[in-house]
Amino acid sequence: MPAAMNASATAGNLELHHAESGYRLCVSGQWTLPHYHGLAARVADLRTQNKTADAHLDLSALTALDTAGARLLCELVGIERLKRQLVDVRLAPGQRELLEAVAAALASPGAPPAKRYRFGDVLAHIGRASIAFRNHAIALLGFIGFIIDGLARTIWRPRRWRVTATVASLEHSGFDAVPIVALLTFLVGAVVAFLGATVLADFGATIYTVSLVSYSFLREFGVLLAAILVAGRTASAFAAQIGSMRINEEVDAIRVLGLNPMELLVLPRVLAMMLALPILAFIAMACGIAGGITVCALKLDIPPGMFLSMLANDIGPRHFFIGISKAPIFAFLIAAIGCLEGFRVSGSAQSVGEHTTSAVVQSIFTVIVVDAIAAMFCMEMGW
Amino acid sequence: MSEARARENVIEAHGIRNQFGAQVVHDGLDLTVQRGEVLAIVGGSGTGKSVLLRTIIGLNRPAAGTVRLFGQNLHALPAGERVRLEKRIGVLFQQGALFSSLTVAENVALPLIEHARLPPAEAAQLAALKIALAGLPPDADNKLPAELSGGMIKRAALARALALDPDILFLDEPTAGLDPIGAAAFDRLILTLREALGLTVFLVTHDLDTLYTIADRIAVLANKRVLVNDKLEAVAATDDAWIREYFHGPRGRAAMTAAHTHTQ
Repeated sequence: MPAAMNASATAGNLELHHAESGYRLCVSGQWTLPHYHGLAARVADLRTQNKTADAHLDLSALTALDTAGARLLCELVGIERLKRQLVDVRLAPGQRELLEAVAAALASPGAPPAKRYRFGDVLAHIGRASIAFRNHAIALLGFIGFIIDGLARTIWRPRRWRVTATVASLEHSGFDAVPIVALLTFLVGAVVAFLGATVLADFGATIYTVSLVSYSFLREFGVLLAAILVAGRTASAFAAQIGSMRINEEVDAIRVLGLNPMELLVLPRVLAMMLALPILAFIAMACGIAGGITVCALKLDIPPGMFLSMLANDIGPRHFFIGISKAPIFAFLIAAIGCLEGFRVSGSAQSVGEHTTSAVVQSIFTVIVVDAIAAMFCMEMGW
Repeated sequence: MSEARARENVIEAHGIRNQFGAQVVHDGLDLTVQRGEVLAIVGGSGTGKSVLLRTIIGLNRPAAGTVRLFGQNLHALPAGERVRLEKRIGVLFQQGALFSSLTVAENVALPLIEHARLPPAEAAQLAALKIALAGLPPDADNKLPAELSGGMIKRAALARALALDPDILFLDEPTAGLDPIGAAAFDRLILTLREALGLTVFLVTHDLDTLYTIADRIAVLANKRVLVNDKLEAVAATDDAWIREYFHGPRGRAAMTAAHTHTQ
């Protein structure tokens, strides 16, 4: 018994003996997972010597065996020979069944090797990405068409307006976003004023800081900053909300109940966003200019009253209208992208994450591209 | 000696009390599982079958009582010892709990690389073996869990549970959500693996066919305790309203008849 205890503590070993009747493979010790690495090297070593082919297998000193060890034994002598030899080999109870099960599992054809990456794959990837981008753009345009169609159908029937859902969405995407929009635009307004003061001081023209802050916030920064913040905050929320409803099959349930997911889920969000973003853009403009006023008053000795009178006299309301008119367009695009990404979720929770990220990236991208186009357009038109 | 080995208790739960807020799930629950047996836990919804499983594998700390795995209290062990003990158990979660960003082969190879410290190539060889043992076709190796059917997810999760050659296999509703053919095949697979690998199986199930096919003993959870823990015939003969309804209701009778015709 003590000898057996000793043996059971030893690592697995494999020796090739030369007997008069031919080669004999002596398997001993523990053929288990902890010793797998060493044993695998030993098996590979003996197989390269090509002497295992007709050797007789001796398992009498084997003390422990698990699936890892069984796999190596199969590899050592081959599945067919192992099955033949198992008939007249003495084994501990359970080990025969284990070897047979492992041999049977290994006899099934191996997996096709996983594809490796090659240089050409980069080109293929670029091609696939381009096609995906094109399909995506078409899908987005199609979805925008659906939204407009849905709006046109319901706008004449007040009974089908989802007022509660719209107001709830308005609160979440508009009202709750006011503090962060106000704070960030105030800070950016102050930064722009500092920049202007630094550069314009060289020309003795610090007074034009007022124009710089006012122009930039009324025309561009107010609406752009508000749109980017909302894209990060709300487009992701829309995608995640609709996406988890997709996973939960709630969207399918809506369809099966004879209701229209567009009407229930998308239109309230789009409308709420189109109401919320102009308000947020207005707040952003006001706070940005307030940031500029603060810096002008503290650093440049331009009193707030003077700032405001310059704002009223020199800078026409035209710039405000150009800025604010972009807000509903941005809002529509952000909401459409958020909802579309939600509907594209499929399968797993991971998919929700991917599409949420994609919604944010796409909506910010789209907002900036559309803003750039609008800026060029306005410049050419001389507005 | 083999007789003594067979009688060894690998799981001993004593005086378990579990509660969530004011709701007491278990109170003074005792349960033992012997080496090499297949123990099935049954009970109505909300009797805490899954909570019991989570308590035994150490995911849930009981409010009172002790759980001993292989004679050691999981919750009282230092972290390193605990990991050593956890390597000796394999768990099949109800939804499979495969890591969704890894392929099936990577899922199975993960514990081999992390715990057995095998180089990736050798871990991949062993993972392929486990996947074949779990009865999956070889082309499943490189698939992501999202691309698998429900039955294949269970098999892949089983392959991962078996990765480190555990002594005890915990199965939480292994056949739930499978079609009858797939469920029967899964039952046979568990039986085969248990014979080949000498597993102890702790099984939570609602499936009467599974009970009749693979369970050695059945523990019925009711009234926050193990009501009865015995062989199938003895449990079915117990005088209790719920057990009568369970085993002698229409579905119970059908499963019993099926099991009998099968054995003949």
